[in-house]
Amino acid sequence: MEYFLELLLGGLTRGSIYALIALGYTMVYGIIELINFAHGEIYMIGAFTALIVASVLTLQGWNHIAILVIASIAAVIYSSAYGYTAEKLAYKPLRRAPRLSALISAIGVSLFLQNYVLLAQTSDFLPFPSLIPEFKFNKPYEHIISSPEIVILTTTTVVMILLTFLIKFTKIGKAMRATAQDRDMAMLVGVDVDRVISFTFIVGSATAALGGVLIASHVGQINFYIGFIAGIKAFVAAVLGGIGSIPGAVLGSLVLGWTESFFTGYISSDYEDVFAFLFLVFILIFRPAGILGRSETDKV
Amino acid sequence: MSAWFMFLTFPIMVIRVNTVENVVEWRWKNMLLIGIGSFFLSFVWSYSLKRRDEGTKKAEIGEIEKTPLIQRILKERKIFIPTLIVISVFALVFPFIFSLYQTNIMITGLIYIMLGLGLNIVVGLAGLLDLGYVAFYAVGAYAYALLNYHFGIGFWAALPIGAGLGAFFGILLGFPVLRLRGDYLAIVTLGFGEIIRLILENWNAFSFGPSGIANIPRPSFFGIEFSVYNATIYLYYIMIGLILFTIFVVNRLQDSRIGRAWIALREDEVACQAMGIDKRATKLTAFALGATWAGMAGVIFAAKTTFINPASFTIWESIIILCIVVLGGMGSIIGVITGALVLILLPEYLRAFSEYRMLIFGGILVLMMVFRPGGIISDVRRIYRFEGLENYNQKTP
Repeated sequence: MEYFLELLLGGLTRGSIYALIALGYTMVYGIIELINFAHGEIYMIGAFTALIVASVLTLQGWNHIAILVIASIAAVIYSSAYGYTAEKLAYKPLRRAPRLSALISAIGVSLFLQNYVLLAQTSDFLPFPSLIPEFKFNKPYEHIISSPEIVILTTTTVVMILLTFLIKFTKIGKAMRATAQDRDMAMLVGVDVDRVISFTFIVGSATAALGGVLIASHVGQINFYIGFIAGIKAFVAAVLGGIGSIPGAVLGSLVLGWTESFFTGYISSDYEDVFAFLFLVFILIFRPAGILGRSETDKV
Repeated sequence: MSAWFMFLTFPIMVIRVNTVENVVEWRWKNMLLIGIGSFFLSFVWSYSLKRRDEGTKKAEIGEIEKTPLIQRILKERKIFIPTLIVISVFALVFPFIFSLYQTNIMITGLIYIMLGLGLNIVVGLAGLLDLGYVAFYAVGAYAYALLNYHFGIGFWAALPIGAGLGAFFGILLGFPVLRLRGDYLAIVTLGFGEIIRLILENWNAFSFGPSGIANIPRPSFFGIEFSVYNATIYLYYIMIGLILFTIFVVNRLQDSRIGRAWIALREDEVACQAMGIDKRATKLTAFALGATWAGMAGVIFAAKTTFINPASFTIWESIIILCIVVLGGMGSIIGVITGALVLILLPEYLRAFSEYRMLIFGGILVLMMVFRPGGIISDVRRIYRFEGLENYNQKTP
């Protein structure tokens, strides 16, 4: 039972980190129908920025909590800036081009950013300082949950609530929903579509950066390649839940996190990713539009 | 603009942290370079964007009849045939002019042409976005390696087996994804590719795991074994022959009943069904035929490198093949060939800046897509014009 709980919580943590990244995917997809391959790289840049800022501040002898906060803020700012710039340079000129062209452009951005970090920094794994303070839990729980996990879960929940609020109740959120439904129509009724798209990229990148900081301090090391794998996983999660739908992304991420956690825990860790993908295929056979996705019928 | 980039690249370009010795290195020179560089580049960027937009505007109004230069060359038989002859003579004597190293690179290029043409059937003609194409490539390579290891089957016997297995796996993948569309299809195929790779990596008893399989024999000529040098040249000619065969088949397929069904499927699924095309069969044949070529290319790859392991079959490989198809021009055979040669040979010859080549490569992908979204040589849409009206217009100016 204790083992089960441990796996359950482990899966939850993993899933909530996937969710932070998957949100960016799903939001961007919902609005411009682009699989943003460079999203994983944005998250990696967030983690790197946090690492650099944190190291500099540690040398200056700052306090732990202050470092954590400042490093996260820096990561969020820089990731958003990168997301915004990538959109302006590589996707915006392709707004009217075939969708595959935009996809290739995204792959190009992804390659570029990976190698940019590789060249400007290093190809080695860098140890990430564990910024989240450790404290021990009482006897029956100490194996089950750790303080980083709590921090991750809380952060994710807060971000989700803020995001839901943003999309449901603010003006820009309304504009985002309108753009997602029908871009031309939104333009006609006076929504500044370019601004909405930029904003979406910024928000998506910011959540990805938070995910980057959290996972990096949880795992303890980063290199330039982490973005790609995390990006693929988050993409799987987004599709699993039904791409374009925000609750779907969260649900898909949690399901993916649990699947991985339980399969590794009970069966074998070698085939962790195989199970994740098989599960995805299995779900999509029965629900071709994802768990929460609406299956659209073609209109003629 | 330039200030923005200086801000943007500040933490990553300027600061480098040595976490072992806890030293921070400040590299202000980089910041200056980026500032100056982006200042000038931003002008170039906005100027070329402006030119591009003016170009599309003109094309929309219909001021210029847009037939790209290359398309005109293709149509003009007088230029086309000599060019073809020059290219084929060049291809024939290539291994004798250049070194073994160059020939090897060229074989790699040719393998990618084959992969590109195969994927072109799936993505370019049938419009099914396949991100796991490399799985079939792996199937072909492992088919040859394992059959040879266990039963001593030679290259020529393995080639059709690899192709057949590729087709089999293509159908295997095709069945569950028949109902999926667009990006769901992309992610499932991506997952399929990863599943195959991970199985190869972890199932040690079957595939020898990450250490791979070594000592795969090169192709022989009716039982005669060659030295390394001759075998490479021999493989080069096999490859040329196979490429010609592929081009022939794909070209014939394009105009066949099934090829037109694929194009119809790509353009509009509903209309395609309404016209009485069996969607299932059409999709499955697209997957199977595409995979056949990947299987064959896999066998050749195994024979060329004589050593394979799962690391050769990652997602990146699929993505590069997809880039070949899209960059070259979807649906166009010459486009795909050009794309493959550019994408595979460019990084090889950029070795002079070996550190920067992937960076440049990524940059080129973006630039290409921004300024030529249709690819280097895009496919011409088949247009049927009502000739009578044009004649009529010409007569009465």
